[in-house]
Amino acid sequence: MNRAPATRLVDATGGPSGNGDRASHAIEVHQLARRFGEVEAVRGVSFEVEAGETFGFLGPNGAGKSTTISMLCTLLRPTSGSARVAGFDVVTQQAEVRKRIGLVFQDTTLDDYLTAAENLRFHAELYGVPRLQAAERLHDVLEMVGLWERRDGLVRTFSGGMKRRLEIARGLLHSPRVLFLDEPTVGLDPQTRAHIWGYIEELRQREAITMFLTTHYMDEAEHCDRIAIIDEGQIVVIDTPEALKASVGRDRVQLQTPDPDAAITALQDRFGLEATMSEGEVTVYVAGGEEFVPRLFSELRVPISAVSIARPTLDDVFMNYTGRTIRDAEASASERMAGSVWMRAARRR
Amino acid sequence: MSTTATTSGAPTRPRAVPAPVRVAGGRVRDDLRAIRMVWKRELIRFGRNRLRIITALVQPVLFLFVLGTGLSSLVSRGIPTSGGVNFKTFMFPGVVAMTVLFTAIFSAVSIVWDREFGFLREMLVAPVRRGALVAGKCAGGATVATLQTLIMLALAGLVDVPYSPLLLLTLAGEMLLAAVTITALGTALASRMAQVESFQVVMQFVVLPLFFLSGALFPVQGLPAWLGVLTRLDPLAYIVDPMRRAVFAHVHTTPQIAKVFGATLTWGSWHLPVGLELGISAAFGAVMLAVAVVAFSRTD
Repeated sequence: MNRAPATRLVDATGGPSGNGDRASHAIEVHQLARRFGEVEAVRGVSFEVEAGETFGFLGPNGAGKSTTISMLCTLLRPTSGSARVAGFDVVTQQAEVRKRIGLVFQDTTLDDYLTAAENLRFHAELYGVPRLQAAERLHDVLEMVGLWERRDGLVRTFSGGMKRRLEIARGLLHSPRVLFLDEPTVGLDPQTRAHIWGYIEELRQREAITMFLTTHYMDEAEHCDRIAIIDEGQIVVIDTPEALKASVGRDRVQLQTPDPDAAITALQDRFGLEATMSEGEVTVYVAGGEEFVPRLFSELRVPISAVSIARPTLDDVFMNYTGRTIRDAEASASERMAGSVWMRAARRR
Repeated sequence: MSTTATTSGAPTRPRAVPAPVRVAGGRVRDDLRAIRMVWKRELIRFGRNRLRIITALVQPVLFLFVLGTGLSSLVSRGIPTSGGVNFKTFMFPGVVAMTVLFTAIFSAVSIVWDREFGFLREMLVAPVRRGALVAGKCAGGATVATLQTLIMLALAGLVDVPYSPLLLLTLAGEMLLAAVTITALGTALASRMAQVESFQVVMQFVVLPLFFLSGALFPVQGLPAWLGVLTRLDPLAYIVDPMRRAVFAHVHTTPQIAKVFGATLTWGSWHLPVGLELGISAAFGAVMLAVAVVAFSRTD
């Protein structure tokens, strides 16, 4: 992005000259695949993430999101394909990649028996952050996530939300080019989730950092500049949330009626529309929902007690591209994974 | 410094923008910093877990004062001329070695806990050589085991082992070598362990055989051939023997007792010099360290 050169990391130790920091794409992935025994967790995904972009991987649990992140973070070797992060190959230039990435894992990777500050100091030492800057940087990142006052508290005594904030602070401590967030809000209450997203939003405005995140919450994917919908190890579609929703093209109209069966039949007969029951309401997708509602009242001839129109959500997008809801997809994915000891072993790592 | 971090975004913000830092990595100095930090973490965790320090003393104390006393009375009946030999004196170096063994293995296998609770990933993804992580872990585990065993060493007087500075220094040095070697072994084992439950397997199949075959509890001379061979295959035997030699060099006793209990390790009829014994221990430790480094350098 548009950082002043003086503030950007210059690799004094050399490193393969120039091909790293000047690359325009923060992440380049080409036909990346990974198999665990029989299970093909990731089946050849390709995409690019621009510097400064917030890119989301959206898909059900077991779709291959965490496996992809592990490969991009050099923790897992791809079975085939290649990937470059911050301009360096994740297989052949692991050390260069590791210097330039920050990670916030799905489950906590803090040391419970250390204090917040000790956890960060450990990180600073391992990442070779110069001692003079480390103290200041530590203060800054803790201040940012609102944990400066709790710096000497043992992490064991922290709530789930505080731990996640501390992990975000730690992931930023060494000024990474790319921050990976694997399900950053999973297992947190809605209020804390909103807070975490507050930090992420703030970060992307202030640090101009590239962010790659995974989520299976549809509403959270809205925070991304672009999202890739991933299902069964493959990317189904990549676009901005707005474009994806627009591509569905139709609004969701839901009606409450004392006689749903008659309503469904009438919708089929009079409008030629396939209606389904969803959450106790008759649901139908139609272009131009506002114009449709007056016709509905005059022509349906079935009593209607309430009507709602909704613009397409990412749930609808997922449905549109995969033919099923994300919940259905999760059910089948967990079945697929249950048989695989490899997968369980790999998750433990 | 914290005001010039980024050029994008609004100029006025409520909180300070964290200033980016330059990350080093790849140089020897960086690896040394990593080793030091991993080592320090082990010490911090050890210091914070007082209960563990106390708990780790229970077993050796039971061995020394309960089993040792029981065996002492048996031995004094079996050897009429022994004139009240203190069998606990014989057992002392063995129990010291045992304390090193259990503490060092436990420290090393804490890597499996780190893996289970995720912290290992924080280390593995850092831009430092895996060898530095392993070295730091081994240094930390060895330091913790040595500190723990120093507490046992303080009990020497209770079993008629004199507090001679030279003896204590010798024992402490040998303990440190034992601690490094065993921590390296534990780290190598931990590299292939995915679950905490595997710790039981290591205890039963590695630690206990190492302990029982080391000569910590009985002299390894004059044993049936099969047992004699097994004891000489136990790397721990080459640590227990020098420790015992050091103790018997400082204890005043009858030649007869010294012959039975102070007997040194032999290959056939050849008495191994202490230097060779310590060399064997060090070599074993070095091999284990190499195994651990290789195991942790692999990416799945």
